[in-house]
Amino acid sequence: MTAPITPTLLYLDNVTVSFDGFRALNALSLAIDHAEMRAIIGPNGAGKTTMMDVITGKTQPNEGTALFEGSHDLTALDETAIAELGIGRKFQTPTVFEMHTVEDNLLLALKNKRGPLATLLSRRPAREQERIDALLERVRLTVQRHRRAGELSHGQKQWLEIGMLLAQEPKLLLIDEPAAGMTDQETADTADLLRDIARSKAVIVVEHDMTFVRDLGVKVTCLHEGSVLAEGSLDAVSANERVVEVYLGR
Amino acid sequence: MRTQSLFDRQTTVVLSLLAAAAILVPAMNGLALPGSALHLSDHLVPLLGKYVCFALLALSVDLIWGFCGILSLGHGAFFALGGYAMGMYLMRQIGARGVYSDPVLPDFMVFLNWKELPWFWYGFDWLPFAALMVLLVPGTLAFVFGWFAFRSRVTGVYFSIITQAMTFALMLAFFRNDMGLGGNNGLTDFKEILGFPVQAGSTRIALFVLSVLALAGGYLLCRWVVGSTFGKVLVAVRDAESRTRFLGYRVEHYKLAVFTLSAMLAGVAGALYVPQVGIINPSEFAPANSIEVVIWVAVGGRGTLAGAILGALLVNAGKTWFTAALPEFWLFALGGLFVFVTLFMPRGILGAANDLWERSSQKLRARRSPQPVTQAAE
Amino acid sequence: MRAAAAALTLPPYEVHFMIVLRNFLQAFVLLLGMASAALAGPYEEALLKFTNDSYADTDAAIAAVAVSGNPLAVDVVEALRDGRLLVGLEHVFVRRTSGDLINAATGQTWGNPTGELKSVRVNNRVRRAIEAALGSLTLLSPDAARRLEAARAVFRSRDEAALPALEKAIAQEGHVPVRNALETARAAILLSKQDALHTQKLAAVETLRDRGDQEALALLSNLPSHAPLEVMSAAGKAAEGIRARLAFWQAFQNVWYGISLGSVLLLAAIGLAITFGTMGVINMAHGEMVMLGAYTTFMVQEVIRSYFPGLFGASLLIALPLAFLVAGSVGVLIERAVIRFLYGRPLETLLATWGISLILQQGVRTIFGPTNREVGTPAWMSGALDIGAMSLTYNRIAIVLFAFSVFAILLLVLRYTSLGLYVRAVTQNRRMAGSMGIRTSRIDALAFGLGSGVAGIAGVALSQIDNVSPNLGQSYIIDSFMVVVFGGVGNLWGTLVGAMTLGIANKMLEPHAGAVLGKIALLIAIIVFIQRRPRGLFALKGRAVEA
Repeated sequence: MTAPITPTLLYLDNVTVSFDGFRALNALSLAIDHAEMRAIIGPNGAGKTTMMDVITGKTQPNEGTALFEGSHDLTALDETAIAELGIGRKFQTPTVFEMHTVEDNLLLALKNKRGPLATLLSRRPAREQERIDALLERVRLTVQRHRRAGELSHGQKQWLEIGMLLAQEPKLLLIDEPAAGMTDQETADTADLLRDIARSKAVIVVEHDMTFVRDLGVKVTCLHEGSVLAEGSLDAVSANERVVEVYLGR
Repeated sequence: MRTQSLFDRQTTVVLSLLAAAAILVPAMNGLALPGSALHLSDHLVPLLGKYVCFALLALSVDLIWGFCGILSLGHGAFFALGGYAMGMYLMRQIGARGVYSDPVLPDFMVFLNWKELPWFWYGFDWLPFAALMVLLVPGTLAFVFGWFAFRSRVTGVYFSIITQAMTFALMLAFFRNDMGLGGNNGLTDFKEILGFPVQAGSTRIALFVLSVLALAGGYLLCRWVVGSTFGKVLVAVRDAESRTRFLGYRVEHYKLAVFTLSAMLAGVAGALYVPQVGIINPSEFAPANSIEVVIWVAVGGRGTLAGAILGALLVNAGKTWFTAALPEFWLFALGGLFVFVTLFMPRGILGAANDLWERSSQKLRARRSPQPVTQAAE
Repeated sequence: MRAAAAALTLPPYEVHFMIVLRNFLQAFVLLLGMASAALAGPYEEALLKFTNDSYADTDAAIAAVAVSGNPLAVDVVEALRDGRLLVGLEHVFVRRTSGDLINAATGQTWGNPTGELKSVRVNNRVRRAIEAALGSLTLLSPDAARRLEAARAVFRSRDEAALPALEKAIAQEGHVPVRNALETARAAILLSKQDALHTQKLAAVETLRDRGDQEALALLSNLPSHAPLEVMSAAGKAAEGIRARLAFWQAFQNVWYGISLGSVLLLAAIGLAITFGTMGVINMAHGEMVMLGAYTTFMVQEVIRSYFPGLFGASLLIALPLAFLVAGSVGVLIERAVIRFLYGRPLETLLATWGISLILQQGVRTIFGPTNREVGTPAWMSGALDIGAMSLTYNRIAIVLFAFSVFAILLLVLRYTSLGLYVRAVTQNRRMAGSMGIRTSRIDALAFGLGSGVAGIAGVALSQIDNVSPNLGQSYIIDSFMVVVFGGVGNLWGTLVGAMTLGIANKMLEPHAGAVLGKIALLIAIIVFIQRRPRGLFALKGRAVEA
């Protein structure tokens, strides 16, 4: 086995992003293993979304290293190329294609050739239909398959977006506040779903809802002012004096 | 929005109406006796032909604006370029029959004291070459322009404004005599097309039918594109561009492809337009023209294809009526139309009709099925 | 003298006899030379040549009159220039501008002549002679402006005969600009004078080099072929120097034209920068706001012309607030009636405002007619200021100053008033501003009114340099957009830099590429630029932009 530069799937080192002098990320370092689930917490402005932006190519860091699978330099790639590498992202506010049906949303997300000519001439094989059916089942949207995504409830949109993430068959999933705006039952279901996904894929979850994070039961990283404040189990992190200070204020 | 077969109800309606036009117009012009209520007078044929070309132009705008959210305020430029390519062919057909009877040079070149034909006029005496240029010139411009614009992620109003600047710059350029394309006066005084006199009634009927066929072909092409997965990606780009990117699609390639295709369609519309109106000049590049096309699409209903055709026909018929009956009020009417449609009918005539249809059928379904339909949370 | 005086009193029937007598006298003059001068005097002698109806004689007569030193000489030559020099009855008369007729020889008023009088005809050659003569005649006028005029006339005519008068004038002249003009005139004459001394000619070359304008350049580069080699080479060098100097000033002149165009663009675009910057609204009817301002100026002037003609000089100042109010209230109306329903849909806003622009254009066309309306320029704005080899017209200077003041005032308004604070807050983060209790919709309306009002006062200024027609706005809209988009949205300094860059670049390109090609080149450059920096020169950065 040829050893990659780093054994981890995602490797961020000393990543700094500043907007007009304001440091959104300040020498952030983070490593995620294959098939690891990590919860990221932190107060507003801690740099959680900016970190996702850097990983997915939306924002170029001013300095630092961001490697995927040890060899792909994420800072040199754009969103499309990074998505093709196998990093999927779910946004804070659910963004699905509202005018498309639920089924078409999944179809567009399916791992397929993405070029204009390929999509213009594509025939939909039965195999694809099976994939879609399975995904619909998994995110519990089989009944809604022919409805427009815009007509779904907030929670359903969140799930559709997770379904789209799965359809991409990524190696790493970035999930921004999946429990926001969900009922308790939906939140619990979502946690189940994510734990299920994490069995085969690496997942980074950003979340404010501590009950949800506790449900996940995974290693937690707390960000503050653009860098890592504490890392460990949720209990260890919540016991950390500085974390308490940051969350409760002095 | 279900899986669409190519020949759904809308397509059938559009194609039958176009077929009816292609049969009825020649019949009413040629067979019905002058004076009878059914007779279509000679001057109306090229007028209708003009509308059909505008409809094709509107279709090309709807393809990019309605389905991909690209608002081009410079599509008149592609239309005019296609028109110029055809105009150059028609100029070459004049031969020595110009006012100055020069066997090689068009009149305006003789007038400007030019000695030889500029290189870019070579080949235009051959229709297949000219026809190729009708596609290639607008297509290439759109490709180059789009390549830079989309790659740099110039979107929304910024893109609209630079397309407007593009057509404005082209207008200024074509006004120059040095361009070798007739300057201010453009290309006109055409005599023949493929050996048939341009002014003759039968030629005009043939051109009309050809335009209707082109419109039908353009419609089918757009329908096919929109119905494919490619089309679904376009709509995805329109509604959530960055989401599409995070899914791994090269948005700029999609935009470029559809923009270029659309420019070619506009070029074809321009090429069919020129022999029917008998002139092409730089005023076709005027930014106001391009914006007017957008309102045709908006009136009919953007993103419906059939709406673009409907809007183009309605607004242009209205324009013809107004400019004859109440010339003072045409701009009031047109301006009012812009405001009215954007404020009160954002989905156009077809969109509004569609909404009405869906609402009533939903009610019907709700009455039939006992379980409640979950309402959309806005 | 006495004979002439006697002749004037002769009754008409004796005229024929006088012709015989005059011919005799002329023969006598030829014989006696100076003696004849004593008899009739060179002035009277010259005058009579006007009666011959021959251009050559008239020409000679002008020269002779000019050097005669007679106090009536100026009157005679001016009369000739204006067609008021009359001949008939073998006499020469000057019809004064008052209508009185005087005898050119004596200056006495002459009643109503019974015979027919004809004006002396002039052709181009004679006109040149007249100008030269007037030049040397008025060189000694007590009025400095008149002397300057004369010196320039002599410079243009290069009449050798004026040389003595010129020398005399230079010797007495105390006023520096006039003296300079006199010296360059002398230099011009000396250069073309065949028998002038080398040293004189070299000095002349130097004087002309110091003068350094287009005329001097023309003189130096077209020396007569008889000029000595040494003078030729000196003149060549001097011409080279002048060319360099002129090119230098030409560059400044172009920059000035550029600044002037830039100010026009700034005026047209600055209102757009406010509306686009705060609301992200593309207002296609912005040009029509400018047009409304221009028509307001027209209306104000119409009222002033009919009722308060004395106030005409202040008409523009009166028009400014009115134009602001008219365009501003139309702007607020548009915002309240249409645009506020379209927030978040920029493309629809663009279309709706385009529709409004069509309605406004047609409205103005219906009320005021499709043709250009005349907007006058107050006296204090006409004329020009000369600096070196540049000429700056006062109306352009006024517009440049005005544009910068509007810019400065807007900057202050945005910085120091609460409206400005709110507008900036809404620009940077609409949602946050809203949740802090700023009534964003009211700020939108006010900002839109402000932007439109500024467009209106831009219209007042533009009415001075452009045709006031319903299409006025259309000619500015694309350029204004280019400025705003180039400069970057949400930053007035960007608009300033954008306007000046585009203005100056346009005027620098023009001499090389021509007006149309220059403009095309610039449009292409901007299109390429926007593609490289989609958010303009001075773009807002950070998260707010994405929201």
